[in-house]
Amino acid sequence: MHLLILAIFIPFIATALIPLIHKRIGSLHIGWLVLLVPLTLFVVFVIQIPAVANGETFIQTVDWIPSLGINFTAYLDGLSLIMALLITGMGSLVVLYSIYYLSSSDSFPHFYAYLLLFMGAMLGVVLSDNLLVLYIFWELTSISSFLLIAFWYHRKNSRYGAQKSLLITVFGGFGMLAGFLMLHSMTGTFSIRETIAVIGQYTDYALFYPAMFLVLLGAFTKSAQFPFHIWLPDAMEAPTPVSAYLHSATMVKAGLYLVARFIPIFGGTAAWFWTVTIVGLVTLFWGAFCAVRQTDLKALLAYSTISQLGLIMSLFGLGSAALHFGDGERGALYGLAIFAALFHMVNHSTFKGALFMVVGIIDHQVGTRDIRRLGGLSAFLPITFTFAVIGSFSMAGLPFLNGFLSKEMFFTATVDAVSLPAFGVSTWGLLIPVIAWIASVFTFIYSMIFVFRTFFGTPQLKKLDRKPIEPSIGMLISPAILCILIVSLFFVPNLLGDYLLKPAMSGIIPGISGAAPQISAWHGFNTELFMTLGIIVVGTFLFLTFRSWHKIYLLQPAGWNFTVLYNSFLKDLKRVANWLTTRYMTGHLPTYFAYIFVFFIVTSGGALIFTGALSIDLTADSPISFYEGMLVVVMAIAAIAILFAKSRLTAILLNGVLGFSIAIFFVLFRAPDLALTQLVIETVTTALFLLCFHFLPEWTKEDSPKWIKVRNAMIAIGAGVTVTLIGLTVNSGTLFDSISGYFENSYELTGGDNIVNAILGDFRAFDTMLESLVLFIAGLGVYTLIRLKLGKGADKDEHQ
Amino acid sequence: MNINDVILKTVSKAVVLIILTFGIYLFVSGHNQPGGGFIGGLVIASAFVLMFLSYDSETVSEALPIDFKKLSALGVLLAMMSGVAPMFFGGAFLSQSFGYFDLPIFGKTELATVTIFEAGIALTVIGVVVNIILSISEDE
Repeated sequence: MHLLILAIFIPFIATALIPLIHKRIGSLHIGWLVLLVPLTLFVVFVIQIPAVANGETFIQTVDWIPSLGINFTAYLDGLSLIMALLITGMGSLVVLYSIYYLSSSDSFPHFYAYLLLFMGAMLGVVLSDNLLVLYIFWELTSISSFLLIAFWYHRKNSRYGAQKSLLITVFGGFGMLAGFLMLHSMTGTFSIRETIAVIGQYTDYALFYPAMFLVLLGAFTKSAQFPFHIWLPDAMEAPTPVSAYLHSATMVKAGLYLVARFIPIFGGTAAWFWTVTIVGLVTLFWGAFCAVRQTDLKALLAYSTISQLGLIMSLFGLGSAALHFGDGERGALYGLAIFAALFHMVNHSTFKGALFMVVGIIDHQVGTRDIRRLGGLSAFLPITFTFAVIGSFSMAGLPFLNGFLSKEMFFTATVDAVSLPAFGVSTWGLLIPVIAWIASVFTFIYSMIFVFRTFFGTPQLKKLDRKPIEPSIGMLISPAILCILIVSLFFVPNLLGDYLLKPAMSGIIPGISGAAPQISAWHGFNTELFMTLGIIVVGTFLFLTFRSWHKIYLLQPAGWNFTVLYNSFLKDLKRVANWLTTRYMTGHLPTYFAYIFVFFIVTSGGALIFTGALSIDLTADSPISFYEGMLVVVMAIAAIAILFAKSRLTAILLNGVLGFSIAIFFVLFRAPDLALTQLVIETVTTALFLLCFHFLPEWTKEDSPKWIKVRNAMIAIGAGVTVTLIGLTVNSGTLFDSISGYFENSYELTGGDNIVNAILGDFRAFDTMLESLVLFIAGLGVYTLIRLKLGKGADKDEHQ
Repeated sequence: MNINDVILKTVSKAVVLIILTFGIYLFVSGHNQPGGGFIGGLVIASAFVLMFLSYDSETVSEALPIDFKKLSALGVLLAMMSGVAPMFFGGAFLSQSFGYFDLPIFGKTELATVTIFEAGIALTVIGVVVNIILSISEDE
């Protein structure tokens, strides 16, 4: 078994084991066992670092549906590795943290099962090379995120937030799927590597730009880019470890990963450059601007995450210009933006993860996250306070912390972009660093709000639920590790740069050599440094005078935001759907049959006639024997007699006559398997019918008006005629070669003489497997419908 | 049912055995002759149905302490696992293989992995059919 593919599946296997193990371990917290999973995987990925840093890539394939080009291909290069390390590394810290965070009333097995499910899905996203496999894992992250956000499902807000995130991300995911299919129809491959290799020939295709925008739609919705950012603040209803993990460190980065992964495919075009850059910058500014007005610490962090994701996104946009120039000085210059993006992605995970954990501690120890009720906590929570300072100063981009380095590189990239001699940048190019700078001022302000409003000032102990004290040591370990990382990455950034960022960068822009720089903390008195100094000066001023200008937030009219739009859209959708559904869902079975049959007659019968497919050729048919003719007459009589049956029992028995006659037909046509199946099925269903009788009301024949009867008769006759015509046409059609030749050597291929079973079990086993699954689901449906009567199982909490 | 069903009970005692044997025969011989997991499963299920019809469900449940819901779930899992298993040996999903072995009593016998898959199907069918019938008949 291949190690990489196994790595993807280990979390899933662990998920399946959780319910089994949970009951056996007694008082041991299941989180400790769960912790082993990400920790092991982290070590596995760490071991790969030297090889990947040397430029090696690993690829492992397991055939899945080779005939369609859908294979389970895991591909590890620098970019996948850095993401995998983030997923497993942050995963370990979050699991450790959650052990102390969750209260004993929470359902641990559910929580960890969802978390592991998510982890596996994320690993699948970043490691798979096949577009469709990537898509499956992509949607699985949406689903597991939905489950995690709605973890406290008795809260209305949790359910609302979960639904919102699911609707928006899955909407984007569908777009992305369409984009993938377009790519496939252009290039004929689902493999990302192969697409990169051949895409150059396809840029002129009509589908190139639609595919690009659809893929970007998926990435933007996932990474909460403007205007799809509205789901992220509502997702904060999830438990804080989840927020730290999904909504700052990993899942939202799936969109960034996708953009990075597709730069070699779509990058180098003006459309990509402008779309990604502008969306990124707008998100950066809007997120930072909105974060300042938040009064809930977690909401503040949510908007801050939106803003930082926008920052990274815009860097990927700017960096894509490198592909326009190719290998050379200019290519290397603009390639720096990609390096900065990757660097900031790692830094963001460290400081935002730490900050979420700090908020979790405050919430856990104090009972509120409302800034207006907090203050002066530095005296009570000195260690947490230290973490908060390190995290938010890094977020603000202040020196001696890793955020400073990547922020400076971000400024470098924006300043360099002004002089970009392509894509018509010269006209509006100056706006790029200006927007970046203004957004960074707001970033500085909300970082200061986070620290000073929470930890300084007079403590308002009366407003707090409990007396604040430092949490248990276990809760402090994870943020401590992250804070150590934040500081040490400032002093030894090139370790990260050489071993992880450079390989990741060459994974994105492979043709451009020499782009990867040495990161230096001191880079002289240049524009970037003055920009940072400006931020500190202006930011401090604005922070101190916040009360006198915060009224600008009231300028935005209350109804003017995308959440309102989203809500009203949902409401209208519901209204229209309700209206439409009540039109045709009458609850009356004959009506439904009428729909189905009319639809069938119109589409199939219509297609038959209007495409000229109708051709009946009876000359080559074998003669009808006496027995067959007899059977047909018997069946016809039985079928007509059902219409006039006076009791239910008669009707069922006559129906049985039909079924058994068909079985006899199978015997005549020498199909013993089918005959047997038909006989047994007929017996069992008749028995089932008889059992059901007991519970059914009296059989009363409906006395409908004459025109309805005539209408129904016409529909019935039409359906019968259509089926007959199709049957006769199919028999005389020779559009395709017969496939029966393929099954002739079934004995050599499967070792079985019985060709029916060879088809069911070997050639078309996928159908059979899914059919058994359908049967199983149907069985469960019957069981639950009968056993769990409505109203009994409904939870009171549901109606809160 | 309080009607006098001595004949039914007596006959079904014998018949159930015959049907079960026939069902198992169908299942085993499916590879080369008419039969297979689906039919075999159905026939076995019909034997159970006959038992439930001639005796009441409590009596049968005592004699047959099987959770048919779990049985059907087991069947689906087995079918899927047998599909996944070849992937560990480098084959495609759901690819089957067969070989000839010399077994003590049977002599040279053909063994095929498709039998495991078929067993999954059979268990699903048995579980689902019996479960539906039990649910309906136990509903008061």
